Amino acid sequence: MKLMTRLMGAAAIAVSAMTATPIWADGSLVILSTQTPRHLNGAVQSGIATAVPSTQLFASLVRYDSGWEPQPYLAKSWETSEDGRTITFRMVDNATFHDGTPVTSEDVAFSIMTIKANHPFQTMFAPVEAVETPDPHTAVFKLSQPHPALMLALSPALAPILPKHVYGDGQDVKSHPANSAVIGSGPFKLKEFTPGEAIILEKNPNFFMEGRPVLDEILIKLVKDPSALLISMENGEGDMYPYMAGSQEIKRLQEVEALEVTDQGYAAIGPINWLAFNTASPKLSDKRVRQAIAYAVDREFIVKALHRGVSTAQRGPIIESSPFFDAGIEPFAVDLEKSKALLAEAGVALPLALTIDYIPGPKEQQQSVAEYLKSQLKKIGIELEVRAAPDFPTWAGRVGGHDFELSMDVVFNWGDPVIGVHRTYLTSNIRKGVIWSNTQSYSNPKVDEILAAAAVEPDMAKRTALYSEFQKIVVEDVPITFINASPYHTAYKDGLEGAPMGIWGPMHPMDTMSWKK
Amino acid sequence: MNGSFLIRRVFYGLLLMLGVVVLNFLLIRLAPGDPAVVIAGEMGGATEEMLAQIRADYGLDKPVLVQLGIYLGNVVQGDLGQSFFFNQPVAKLIGLRIWPTILLVLTALTLSTVLGVILGVLAARKPNGLMSAFVAVFATVGYAVPVFWTGIMLIILFASILPIFPVEGMQNVRLRDANLFVKALDIAHHLILPAFTLAVIYLAQYARLSRASMLEVLGSDYVRTARAKGASERSVLFKHALRNAALPILTVAGLQFGNLISGALLVETVFNWPGMGRLAFDSILRRDYPTIMGVLFFASAMVVVANILTDISYRIADPRLRGK
Repeated sequence: MKLMTRLMGAAAIAVSAMTATPIWADGSLVILSTQTPRHLNGAVQSGIATAVPSTQLFASLVRYDSGWEPQPYLAKSWETSEDGRTITFRMVDNATFHDGTPVTSEDVAFSIMTIKANHPFQTMFAPVEAVETPDPHTAVFKLSQPHPALMLALSPALAPILPKHVYGDGQDVKSHPANSAVIGSGPFKLKEFTPGEAIILEKNPNFFMEGRPVLDEILIKLVKDPSALLISMENGEGDMYPYMAGSQEIKRLQEVEALEVTDQGYAAIGPINWLAFNTASPKLSDKRVRQAIAYAVDREFIVKALHRGVSTAQRGPIIESSPFFDAGIEPFAVDLEKSKALLAEAGVALPLALTIDYIPGPKEQQQSVAEYLKSQLKKIGIELEVRAAPDFPTWAGRVGGHDFELSMDVVFNWGDPVIGVHRTYLTSNIRKGVIWSNTQSYSNPKVDEILAAAAVEPDMAKRTALYSEFQKIVVEDVPITFINASPYHTAYKDGLEGAPMGIWGPMHPMDTMSWKK
Repeated sequence: MNGSFLIRRVFYGLLLMLGVVVLNFLLIRLAPGDPAVVIAGEMGGATEEMLAQIRADYGLDKPVLVQLGIYLGNVVQGDLGQSFFFNQPVAKLIGLRIWPTILLVLTALTLSTVLGVILGVLAARKPNGLMSAFVAVFATVGYAVPVFWTGIMLIILFASILPIFPVEGMQNVRLRDANLFVKALDIAHHLILPAFTLAVIYLAQYARLSRASMLEVLGSDYVRTARAKGASERSVLFKHALRNAALPILTVAGLQFGNLISGALLVETVFNWPGMGRLAFDSILRRDYPTIMGVLFFASAMVVVANILTDISYRIADPRLRGK
């Protein structure tokens, strides 16, 4: 027994010693993540879980710098015709897929049409009528109308360029076996994918950008339990933990000397935590009732007390880090008397009984806010019943099926408003059964008109002005009360250079990332 | 032991599994929530056409009984279906996860029976001694404490306060290409906390059971005879008494196998152990019907096989049952 204990102890120490080897010695990066991808093909699947590995495996036409400016990637240059309906991309001629096949404009045309047909964000390439391929390194996008959102839609996270010779075999791309055995042209190659466990990526020695990638391998380990993940980061078992949203996790890792913690890198994804109203409900169809509730919500209390200061209050439908955000929006300041007056004006008989759902997820972002609202709204005569959903399907069934009154939710902007914002407010997008459509049943012809104009307006200043008007109307109409920007943070080991802080954060090629020697 | 006994047990086992499959299928379909919505949620949304296509692709647009018939037909042919979530064969996913679960369960079973019996025997030697009191207290506490709580406490103590053991799964991802010896050490390092957590509750039970069983047997005539013949205390305890006292322990160990598997679900979730329990847990949240069904099918098969093996070993250990 004694011998066994000693042996086990020795083994534990030996393994601990082995794992404590300086990681920069082997050029590997261990990313710990709670997000489980279904597969690794971002062309037919949105979401963080797939996008992080997909952007390492696949290259795209352009990539973005931290100032929201498109930069060359597979495309070395591009030009737009005067009418804004033809965009010509000149491609690099030295890019190859991981199996050695050259990347050509045929692959670009195939990928864009595949994404258009299969990606859930249908607005990304809806105006693309065709992609012409006059030569192997020129792709000409023919649009039915000017489409200023196109460039952001061509980011690595949204438009990976697929190998036509692999995916063009007639099989359904959504369930193609290559989605889990990826051949791309990105800086890293897939070495191993164990569903629900780990994704092992190794350096692509033939990557077309010289001197990149610097890291030898990226090891994405999936750890479902955030507490275990936190301990692993504290103990130095992981090098990077992106999309961390819990205040306890953020605060604890901020105190670890060997780690850096940043909130940079989440400008494009734009995660907004909000309180949605079912405007089709007779109790909530009157704007004044929704405004009364908005006046009762104390955002400062939520971000400072419930979120312990790690999140920021959100004023409107566009994330505050976006160039389209209008800083002039006046949020509803807490005013309980005004709330009561609005309810009286609307002729509401008090107490008014309402229900609130919340998307299962980080407790303090959703459940805690719902419970806070219950006590807060009681002050203005509203009896709120919190309806917990045991899991995502239950919640999605209620909200997607319009069987709700109020619901907490977190929705992403996805770069350009056309991609992630319009879907929530367009009358044409009220579609029962479809989650993250216009489940609020909000309809305002003026908003529809503005969004239609903004979608085709090539002039940035005019487009920004249109979105300003849109933001003011939506804040005033209150189909949604905007609570806060989800406090995504990235923790990474001191010594990691080039940590993902651009607009797409970890959904961007990590080809310049390296360890300080 | 004769052949007809074995055939009968296997037949009943298969019948039981058929019942389990049908019951599981119907129970899972009773849970609210649409798998197509989950897949759409994972995709970041979907159009009505995409939702309809997902339902058609996975046969969810057919009546439940038709789905059940198709499923049973496929299972008989050895096809457990395709995971809705990962779009990969369920058998492949289970193949990746079954070994970690077997490793965890067998380690816990070995730990709990061996240590439990040793503790029980030592306690039975002096029923009023210190060891006996320790076993009584340990058994009560060990049996009363929920397995997930033990796991969390061990994590706080041995992974957070004293960072000796890892909690991020079964292997250090950096050591995946290391040689076999280093890998084995690494897995053992990761295995200690979850295996001990799972073992504690059963260890307590076996210790108590062995103690009681041994006390009964130690008062028997043949033990007195063995002592009178001058047999050593060690020989009396382990050769004469334990063999007879082991029968109820063996029975309980076999019956507990099912509990161990369900306990493994909790332990795997707490320790991120990449086994079937965690696969089941995640699949339930995703409404990944084929994977849930596949895991339950395998878990049931493991329990049925364990029970048959218990029956067989019972007959080997007790000569009186061999002819029956």
